[in-house]
Amino acid sequence: MSLSVLDSATVGSSATRLVRLEGVCKTFSNGTVALTGVDLEIRRGEFLSLLGPSGCGKSTILRLLSDLTGVSSGWINWAGQEHELGFVFQEPTLMPWANVFHNVWLPLRLKDITRKDAQGPIMDALEKVGLAGFAKSYPRELSGGMKMRVSIARALVTRPAILLMDEPFAALDEITRNKLNDDLLALKSELDATVVFVTHSVYESVYLSSRIVVMAPRPGRIVAQIEVPAPLPRTEEFRLTPLYAERCRETSAALHMAMGLDPKQGAAH
Amino acid sequence: MTRQQLQRYALPALALLGALGFWEATVRINQMPPVILPAPSLVAATLVKDWAPLSRSLLVTLTITCEALVAATVGGTLIALLFARFRWIEEAFFPFAVILQVTPVISIAPLLLVYLDSGGAVLVCSFLVAFFPILSNTALGLSSVDHNLLDLFQMYRASRGKQLLWLRVPSALPYFLGGLRIGGGLALIGAIVAEIAAGSAGSGSGLAYRIIESGYRLNIPRMFAALVLISLTGIAIYLVLSAVSYLLLHRWHDSARSRDT
Repeated sequence: MSLSVLDSATVGSSATRLVRLEGVCKTFSNGTVALTGVDLEIRRGEFLSLLGPSGCGKSTILRLLSDLTGVSSGWINWAGQEHELGFVFQEPTLMPWANVFHNVWLPLRLKDITRKDAQGPIMDALEKVGLAGFAKSYPRELSGGMKMRVSIARALVTRPAILLMDEPFAALDEITRNKLNDDLLALKSELDATVVFVTHSVYESVYLSSRIVVMAPRPGRIVAQIEVPAPLPRTEEFRLTPLYAERCRETSAALHMAMGLDPKQGAAH
Repeated sequence: MTRQQLQRYALPALALLGALGFWEATVRINQMPPVILPAPSLVAATLVKDWAPLSRSLLVTLTITCEALVAATVGGTLIALLFARFRWIEEAFFPFAVILQVTPVISIAPLLLVYLDSGGAVLVCSFLVAFFPILSNTALGLSSVDHNLLDLFQMYRASRGKQLLWLRVPSALPYFLGGLRIGGGLALIGAIVAEIAAGSAGSGSGLAYRIIESGYRLNIPRMFAALVLISLTGIAIYLVLSAVSYLLLHRWHDSARSRDT
């Protein structure tokens, strides 16, 4: 078995480091240990997937990075003072009473940026996700995939250094999901952003990521890190390469180990 | 007109006309005296003939109901906002709101009449019954905010004021409007009940007072005419508040949308 289990200290120089988690533990007030001893370095410009079964603390890492909750022990060290965040939830999480324009305006509006000044960045973000003509539409008038695009546009409108995505496409059908995956990779390259992407899907993580972090539950911890050394963005043809197949197998095996199963029992999804 | 539209409007209209026809026929065939049961035609005639005193009473009832509803809306909303902002206030005062709600208003009315003049008592009664649904619905709405949206606001470091104005208030709007519709109907009921409790002492002489007065005089057609006006007032209040609700919600809320079939 050729698992690339890498110690975070040996990976990446400080010049490319965006944020580093050191010995991070998180225990919830009800006593649940969500994360224990997590060492993880996130590098500038990478597409990092957090993969693992439910309850392994993937989402907790995103919540810690976005400062929605604090660590119980350990450190989160950001390179530089300001780090603009974008967050995409599993649901589109749009304000149903506001049209697309107002929804995307929200992050800027909360920074007291007027409608006039926000107009440019908003239309720009909408264009990037392919919804330029829908500024006046209300969320209920859009399909699930389009709502998710609005959500992505809202996350991008502040030009974040890091985009945190919590299983954003899990609720979508496969055709829509594949399309959004490709669009996301294109966007990521265009904006040169760093993406941390939480997913349940081995195939999605291998297709999208430059690095996959496999996590195990109870207590949440990192068990493997797998590099996918193919340039981004990628196309459908990447799915036909030996590298893709091999990394899918490796990742699948690591996930099985993380779940305490025999890796020979078959591929996990 | 499509079959569906026909079914929607023509059917209830026909049923109503049929019921009135049956009533009219029953009275005429059995030659019932108006003091027992007036025919609909006589009620309509009385409505026209006695329009002057009836319309004056209608105005009184309508004014009190509207004043009480406005007061209940302002009061209920403000207290709901306080509840949302300070949990301890909600915990301390919610029992009072419940006590006021579960105590039948008719039993409070005589007490109010001791402390207040009849006009004031009627207003307070009407206010008390309309207040609770608006308060509880708005409070529920203010706390039923999408948690992810709350996270989002927190992530972008929104102030409490912006969170309230841009997130909690719009989230609560459908709940508030539901409470307002219930409160509107109850405000009318409260006003009528209090006026009946005030009885002949009522100097304001609203529609309920007309009913009592007509009862004493065995002027049953006028009693029915006043009753019809009260029903129509209730319907009008409901329609106006439903229209307000539709105007505010139809672009985005499921409750105000017709389902695509």
